[in-house]
Amino acid sequence: MTVRVGVVTFPGSNRDADAMAALALAGAEPVALWHESPDLQGVSAVILPGGFAYGDYLRAGVIARFSPVMRAVSAFAEHGGLVLGICNGFQVLAEAGLVPGALLRNRSLRFVCRQVAITAERRDTPFTRAIPDRHPLRMPVAHGEGCYYADEATLAELEAGGGVLFRYAREDGTPAWAADDQANPNGSLRGIAGVISTRGNVAGLMPHPETAVEAALGSDDGLLIIRSLVESAAERAAAGGPALVGGPALVGAR
Amino acid sequence: MTALEERPEVADLGLHRQLGLTDEELDAIRSRLGRDPNDLELAMFSVMWSEHCSYKSSRPLLRTLPTSGAGVLAGPGENAGVISIGDGLAVAFKIESHNHPSAVEPYQGAATGVGGILRDIFTMGARPIAVLDALRFGDPADPWTRHLVDGVVRGVGGYGNCVGVPTVGGELVFDPSYQGNPAVNVMAIGLLDERLLTRAVAPGPGNLVVLFGSTTGRDGIGGASVLASATFLDGDSSKRPSVQVGDPFAEKLLIEASLELIEHGLIEGLQDLGAGGVTCATSETADRAGTGILVDLEAIPRREPDMAPFEVMISESQERMLAVVRPDHLDAVREVCERWGLPVAVIGRVTADGDLAVVSRGGELARVPARALTSDAIVHERLAAPPARRRLAPAPGVPVLPSDALPERGMDPGAVLLALIGSPNLSSRRWVYEQYDSNVGANTIVPPGTGAAVVRVRGTSKVLVASADGNQSVSAIDPALGAALSVAEATRNVSITGARPLGVTNCLNFGDPTRPEAFWQLSEAVRGLGDACRALGLPVTGGNVSLYNESPGRAIAPTPEIGVVGLLEDLSKLVSPAFRTAGDVVVIVGQVSPGLAGSAYATLAGVAPEDGPPALDLAAEAALQAFVREAADRSLVASAQDVSAGGLAVALAESAIWGEIGGHLRLPIGNSPAVELFGESPSRVVLTSTPRHAAALVLLARQFGLPVEQVGVVGGDRLIVELTGAGATGAAEERGSRVADALDVPVSHLAHAWEHGLVRALGQEPDALPLGEG
Repeated sequence: MTVRVGVVTFPGSNRDADAMAALALAGAEPVALWHESPDLQGVSAVILPGGFAYGDYLRAGVIARFSPVMRAVSAFAEHGGLVLGICNGFQVLAEAGLVPGALLRNRSLRFVCRQVAITAERRDTPFTRAIPDRHPLRMPVAHGEGCYYADEATLAELEAGGGVLFRYAREDGTPAWAADDQANPNGSLRGIAGVISTRGNVAGLMPHPETAVEAALGSDDGLLIIRSLVESAAERAAAGGPALVGGPALVGAR
Repeated sequence: MTALEERPEVADLGLHRQLGLTDEELDAIRSRLGRDPNDLELAMFSVMWSEHCSYKSSRPLLRTLPTSGAGVLAGPGENAGVISIGDGLAVAFKIESHNHPSAVEPYQGAATGVGGILRDIFTMGARPIAVLDALRFGDPADPWTRHLVDGVVRGVGGYGNCVGVPTVGGELVFDPSYQGNPAVNVMAIGLLDERLLTRAVAPGPGNLVVLFGSTTGRDGIGGASVLASATFLDGDSSKRPSVQVGDPFAEKLLIEASLELIEHGLIEGLQDLGAGGVTCATSETADRAGTGILVDLEAIPRREPDMAPFEVMISESQERMLAVVRPDHLDAVREVCERWGLPVAVIGRVTADGDLAVVSRGGELARVPARALTSDAIVHERLAAPPARRRLAPAPGVPVLPSDALPERGMDPGAVLLALIGSPNLSSRRWVYEQYDSNVGANTIVPPGTGAAVVRVRGTSKVLVASADGNQSVSAIDPALGAALSVAEATRNVSITGARPLGVTNCLNFGDPTRPEAFWQLSEAVRGLGDACRALGLPVTGGNVSLYNESPGRAIAPTPEIGVVGLLEDLSKLVSPAFRTAGDVVVIVGQVSPGLAGSAYATLAGVAPEDGPPALDLAAEAALQAFVREAADRSLVASAQDVSAGGLAVALAESAIWGEIGGHLRLPIGNSPAVELFGESPSRVVLTSTPRHAAALVLLARQFGLPVEQVGVVGGDRLIVELTGAGATGAAEERGSRVADALDVPVSHLAHAWEHGLVRALGQEPDALPLGEG
């Protein structure tokens, strides 16, 4: 049976359709979830897609976290459900406190859309398990507020506890640690492009894997991330539902 | 006794003049009404008879354009042109200006320009899938220009990024004539199921007129009549309240709700509210259907109290739609709108009397024949006169003496190329397009930066190829030639990818039409546009005219901006302009004609005063494009690049930079090195092919009757063009033999100049350069 993965549409989401199409490519059945409904329709994983939820006029993601669907998503995550936030979805997760840190305005103070390279710091998570090696993955970023920020203590904790999931990298795979590294598109601290929650079931990243799913679009590397999510969700569904707390032990796993 | 003298009270008040209507126009209004208009009616006429809404100066010219063609489902007069692309699908596209608002308030001016053109697309039932922006400014070193560039680019991005439509292409041009009068043209493309094609009509008396989307406020009062239809005075900020404010979030909801309403068959007609607000949307839909509309003023939801009736009727508050709905569909329409959080109100009903009537609390405030506001609006026959000091182009085929055209003494062609490719107009536009989301929707096949934009049609092998081009430099010398060249370049940009151009949309940016020279420029440009479209067999499916682009003593160069959409049936046959593989054979197809005026080289080096722009042979252009498409279809081509701004040398340099590989050519010089290397004579392409296919490619070009020359090979890390033949002789000696008779530059130097040119010109720090740079 095809695994069902939900994609939340907030008013202002604009990559929800792209996420649905990517899920279908990865073999899942995409399920549209509506912001006003707390019903997750029994899906085995949830994607919070890119866009400008509720217009993002105040601050990216800040209104969306209070929506009915987010109450349900938070509870789902609380019970160990798999949640992937992409771009605006990452911002919503950070605002909701489901992943650590915050996304600030880009270093350039401008929106930035370009192809970047990222490396998966961990390949043992539900979101990265299909990634075969440390080769950098190419996919686009498209955001105005994507500069990852956390205080020193949180950063140290993230690094030590395996909470950094993706890092911007140069084409040869060298991480773009420095905030002013040209391969770091937005000034993110330590080049952090994506993080994962301590329990390993909630992850967010700024780049768009759902846009890099076919060679004709410039890269299909993003499909590795989407496929990881779909495989993990399918395993959980087979094991009796999404509510299992799962994921590997996180400490020191690299 | 004139009508004005019969009823002195209206004329004496002078209200019509304050609203931008002339005494003659007031007379014409009275003759259509058979009485004096009241204040509300006068305000309604003032917006509807503005140049922006009525095309009162340009309409007679536009009627001369070819508008029919295979597959055209909607042409001029609708919100956007629609052309079938087969398999039950169609493409909707249109280009529009937002020059005046952007001059006053660049961010909101540009943002609402994007919003307006997107509404034109989804009003037809099409989902917007791409935006292109064509921007023109004055001196890039000027602080005010930089302020405008920054604001306009942020505005285009701020709106398009949020609404979720990728901005995939366009152009950015600096020219002194746009100092103080920027040109901001935005083109949008949408995709629809032919069966869902929707028209902006109000059929069926008794049907309900429904307004949904944002509430109505005082923003944009008289935008069409005040801003878009008069010349700016210097430093005039009093017009600021006339600029509308955009809300892309609301627009995103509007797109989803509108497309859902159309898909479910819930509406009889749909029109967006832009210039002229409720007045325009009601009168145009009624006129197209031969009906009338009765508007209940009090039913229009407002965002501020105490608005006067005229303010409500002409407000240009953004993100509003007008739908004509059968009474039995009203509940379903309400449900869809409310689901998307959009206020919805029944503001009137369709009538059979042909009038736009406005009532309030039982009293009638206005009653005007709908057609008097729209199709029967006044038309002005303007005077056209060529400028007194007009530089004449040499007759086609008459060679210009090398000495006229060639300040080549001491010139190192490599240095000239580096200067050109790093110049503000020819360098990389990365700083601009990286501020635009170019891949939302996951359909962008070729992102901005390397030629025409390419988006796929999801679920098929088809791709749409789009280009927006305008040649203001030649238009300033010869507007008809400039317009024709713009059509030739935009279509050629599409054809070299292998795609077949489907149709043309145009944005005509000109000066004050009451000035005979400006009107002559407009009429000449329309003539050139029509000639080129007929020669290439393409329909003009719509567009927009922006006049009064001048401040005292300073008019913009005539700017016919041409948008073209093409169709390629098979993505796998898409051809790129980038050099591909070492050893590929380089072939130049097309004839060089002399003349450097209007070229980027002329801007850099100057030209002899008697030199004119190069000639355009439309039959040769048509043959060239047909040839390139055929060659692409037969998979004979590894890369295809057209020769345009900066000439052959810049075309080669771009192919080398984009392909990250050099080339070695031997170029026979028939005219002069400057003409051959940097001249912009049209109807030429640089093709490469694998050695195996080169002979077939050359043969095919000959079969199309085109001059063709095999000039070298792709490879190495330098671009080398050896100049041979009579025209090259002696140049080296004249330069003191310090430079060989060759252009020879490392590709990395070209790439560096190209990458840094624009940011340097604008005084910006590059945020990042492509990997491997810096």
